[in-house]
Amino acid sequence: MSKPVVTLNSVVIRFAGDSGDGMQLTGDRFTMDTASLGNDLITLPNYPAEIRAPQGTLLGVSSFQLHFADHHVRSPGDAPDVLVAMNPAALKANIKDMPRGATIIVDKDEFIPRNLTKVGYETNPLEDGSLDSFHVHAVPLTSMTVGALSELSLTRKEAERSKNMFALGILTWMYHRPTEATEKFLTAKFANKPEILQANLLAYRTGWNYGETTEDFANSFEVAPTKMPAGKYRNISGNAALALGLIAAGEKSGLQIFLGSYPITPASDILHELSKQKKFNIITFQAEDEIAAVGAALGASYGGALGITSTSGPGVALKSEMIGLGVMLELPLIIIDVQRGGPSTGLPTKTEQADLLQVMYGRNGESPAVVLACSTPSDSFEMAFEAVRIATTYRVPVFLLSDGYIANGSEPWRIPDEASLPKINVEFAKTQEDFLPYLRDPKTLARPWAIPGTPGIEHRIGGIEKADKTGAISYDPANHDFMVRTRQAKIDGIEIPDLIVDDPTGDAEVLILGWGSSYGPIATAVEVLRANGENIAHAQLRYINPFPKNLGEILNKYQRVLLPEMNLGQLGMMLRAKYLKDIVGFNVVRGLPFSTNELVEAAMGVLHV
Amino acid sequence: MSDLTLTKKDFTSDQEVRWCPGCGDYSILSTMQAYLPELGIARENIVFISGIGCSSRFPYYLNTFGMHSVHGRAPAIASGLAIARPDLTVFVITGDGDALSIGGNHLIHALRRNVELKILLFNNRIYGLTKGQYSPTSEAGKITKSTPLGSLDTPFNPISLALGAEASFVARTVDSDRKHLTETLRAATAHKGSALIEIYQNCPIFNDGAFDAVKDSDTKEATLLQMIDGQPIKSSKFGVIQKGATFEVVELSSVDESQLVIHDSHNPDPSYAFALSRLSGSELTHVPVGVFRDVARPGYSSLVHGQLDEIIKSQGKGDLSKLLSGNDTWVVA
Repeated sequence: MSKPVVTLNSVVIRFAGDSGDGMQLTGDRFTMDTASLGNDLITLPNYPAEIRAPQGTLLGVSSFQLHFADHHVRSPGDAPDVLVAMNPAALKANIKDMPRGATIIVDKDEFIPRNLTKVGYETNPLEDGSLDSFHVHAVPLTSMTVGALSELSLTRKEAERSKNMFALGILTWMYHRPTEATEKFLTAKFANKPEILQANLLAYRTGWNYGETTEDFANSFEVAPTKMPAGKYRNISGNAALALGLIAAGEKSGLQIFLGSYPITPASDILHELSKQKKFNIITFQAEDEIAAVGAALGASYGGALGITSTSGPGVALKSEMIGLGVMLELPLIIIDVQRGGPSTGLPTKTEQADLLQVMYGRNGESPAVVLACSTPSDSFEMAFEAVRIATTYRVPVFLLSDGYIANGSEPWRIPDEASLPKINVEFAKTQEDFLPYLRDPKTLARPWAIPGTPGIEHRIGGIEKADKTGAISYDPANHDFMVRTRQAKIDGIEIPDLIVDDPTGDAEVLILGWGSSYGPIATAVEVLRANGENIAHAQLRYINPFPKNLGEILNKYQRVLLPEMNLGQLGMMLRAKYLKDIVGFNVVRGLPFSTNELVEAAMGVLHV
Repeated sequence: MSDLTLTKKDFTSDQEVRWCPGCGDYSILSTMQAYLPELGIARENIVFISGIGCSSRFPYYLNTFGMHSVHGRAPAIASGLAIARPDLTVFVITGDGDALSIGGNHLIHALRRNVELKILLFNNRIYGLTKGQYSPTSEAGKITKSTPLGSLDTPFNPISLALGAEASFVARTVDSDRKHLTETLRAATAHKGSALIEIYQNCPIFNDGAFDAVKDSDTKEATLLQMIDGQPIKSSKFGVIQKGATFEVVELSSVDESQLVIHDSHNPDPSYAFALSRLSGSELTHVPVGVFRDVARPGYSSLVHGQLDEIIKSQGKGDLSKLLSGNDTWVVA
C-alpha cells in the first residue's frame, strides 16, 4: 500500500551535522537529484572554518540548506520546513531558525547523555517536550545503518560513516526524488573501493525503504517541476560558473589563460576548476604567496597571455602594490575577489560585501581599476566573460567581485550555446618604426598591447610615471597631472550596459538598489512586497567602476532609495559622494545572506515613512 | 649561432644612464651590452625584468624589452612571463635588498622551481637608492644611517642561500672584471634552468671600497680563489684542500698541488658547492669566484608545457561546448 502524496509548492530543507558527517555531500546530492527533476532551486552551504572542529560540539556544526519549488526561486529561504539533525549539536545550533510546525528528523542514537551534556542540554529534547510544536521523527539512523551493513566486512566505525546516505535515502523517498543519479555518482566516486561503495548504496537504499515502510512517515511529498525557459540545464555553483566564464572567454579571445593563485577560502575552487581543464591549454601556477600570484599573472599578461589571479579579501590586500603596477603598465589583468567576512582573517567561510572600498580605493596614488560584481551563481559566468572583454579591450586591471554566498551556493543554469558567445577581439602591436608604447587609441584610450617577440617595438616600461606617448620616465609635473587624469578617463569611458530597473508599474516611489550577491534575497523580498500590494522598484548593480551611465538619472527618479549591503554602507558612501543623492542604507554583517523577512521589513520602513 | 650580426650599439638604448659616477653598475651594463650580441638572440626575444633599487634601473638602458617593476617582485613577474612565453630569454636584475630582503621569498621559490631565468644579483652590501642603510648582506656591526651603533644582523651568504633553495646554477663574479663577468654570463645563459649570479658591486657613495680586497690589483690575485672546472681551486697564494667533511684554505707553499681540490661544478651533491660557499663570509679573506654549481634539472616552463602537451595529446583539445554542458544535465522543453 503506498502512502498518500501531498503536493507542495515549495520546500526548504536544511541538512545539519558534524563537519565530518558529510552534510555538504548529502546536500549536494539531494540538490542534483532535485535539479534533474526540473525544480528551480537555490542552495546555501554553511560550514565552520575548522576542517574537523571537536566532534559533537556547536562549533563543528556544518549545514547545507536547499530551497526548491514549482516556481522561480531566488533565495535559499529564511526558515527551513525540514531539518535533518545528525546529532544534538546540529539540533541545538539550528532549532532557533525552525518555525513551529516544521519537520525535524534526528538521529536518535546520537542523543545520549554524553552528547547532550557536551552541548548543554540538561534533559533530552526528544523526551522533555521542548520539541512538541514540531513534527519530530526520531530515527535510529546510526544503528539502522550499522544493522543494514552487517553483512559487509566493515568495522562499526566504517559502517557508521554511511549514515548520511541512509538519511539521504529517507529524504529522497519523502520528496519523490529519483535515485539513479546518486547511485551513479556513488559508483563513480567509490569505483576503487568496492566495499565502501556497497556500504553507501546499501545505506541509501535501506533509508529509502525505511521511509516507504515505516509508519513513522505517514505522507510523502511532491513538488511539481518549475516552468522554466526551454533549454538544457545544469546545476552550478558561483565558483564553477566563474571558472567556466574564464575558460569560455579564453577560447573566444584566442588567448592562453594564465592563472596565478595562492590557496585561500572561499576562492580556491576557482584554482581547482581551472587546474582540471588543462586540455584547454590553460596554465595554472600555484605561487609562493599572493603577491607572486598576481605578479606572475601580470608577467604573463605582459607576454600576451590572459593573466588572472583569484583570491579573497586578505589576498587583495597583499596584491595591492602589484595591481598598482598593472594600473601603471596598462596591461590586461583580472583579479577575482571572492569576498568573505573581514577584517583580517575574519570569517573565512562566511559571506560579506565589505571589500568594495578596498578594491575601489585600496592602492597608493590615484589608481583606478574596473570593478564588476557577480549577482548570482550563474551570473558569475557572464561577469567573468565581461571581465575578460573589458580587461583586454581597455588594457586595464579588472576586479571581479564574488562572495562566499554565491561562490559556494548553486542554482540551475541554462547552458549557453557555445556558438552564441561573442568573439573577443584582441590585437597586439605590430612591427613598426618609431613605436610609441603609450600612444592611445582615441576611442578606448587604451595603449597598445606590445608583447615581447615582436621585432622593432622593443621598449621599456615600469612603475615610474611615464611620459605621454613615449612611455619614457618622466617627472614633469604637467605630464603627471595629464597621465593621472588620462588613466581615470580611460576607466570612466568604458562602455558598459545601462542599468535595468524592474519597475512593473513605472510609477514606484521607492527603489531598492542592490549590488552583487544580494540580487536573490532582494528579488525575493520584492516579490513578497508586491504580493502584499506594495509598489516598489528593484535594480541590481553589476558594474560598479565605472557606474552605468544612467545610474544618476535612475537614482533621481525615485523619491527614496533603499540600499541593502552586507557591510556598513560602502556603496552608499560612493553613491552619495558621486550623485549627491541620499541613500537609506540597510546594513547587516552577520556572515550570512539577507533573509527575506528582514529585507521586507526594511523596505516597509522606507515605503511608509 | 644565428645569422644575426648585432653589435653592442644595437643593445644600447637611447636613455641617458643615471647612476652615480664611479658606480659598479656602469661596468656591468657595458659588459652586458657587449656580451648580448654573442648570444645570437634577436633583441625582441630578450627581456630584462628588474625590481626596485639602483641596479633595477638596468633595463632602461638596454634596447631590448624591459620592465622596471615592484620592489622584490621581479622573480615573480619574470616567472609568469617565462612560463607563458618559453620562447623568450628572460633576465632578472636585482640587488641585495631587492632579492634578499623584501623579495627573498620570490627568489628562493624561483630557484627551487628552476624557472628559466638568469638572475643577476648586484651585491653592494648597502641600500643605495634610499641613501645608505644596512642591507641583508652588510657585515655585522656595520655603522650606517639606520645602525649608528652598528648592525646587529647576521648577514646572508647569497650563494649558500641559493644552494639551500635547490638552485641548479650558482656563480659569483666581480663588477670590474669584464672578462670573468662575461665568462660567467656565458655559462649562465648556456644553463637550461634558473641561474643565479652574485656580482660584487661597488657603491662609491655609500659603501665605497667594500670589495677592495677582490678588486685592487695588489690583493685580488691572492684573495680570489678561482673555480675552473677540472682545475685545482686556488689563488696566486692559497689553495683549497679537503679537510674531513669540509674544505680548508691553505697556503700553496704548505701543500703539494696534487692535494688541492679539483673543481667540479657539475657535482650532483649540493654539499660540495655549499662547502665552497662557506669559505668566504663578510671578511673577504678568501673568496671563491666562478661557477659553484651547474647541474642539469628540467626547467619549470618546459615541465609546464610538457604537461599541457601531454594532456592535449592524450585527451584531445578541450571542447568548450562539452565543458559548458558538464555531466549532469536536464532538458526543459
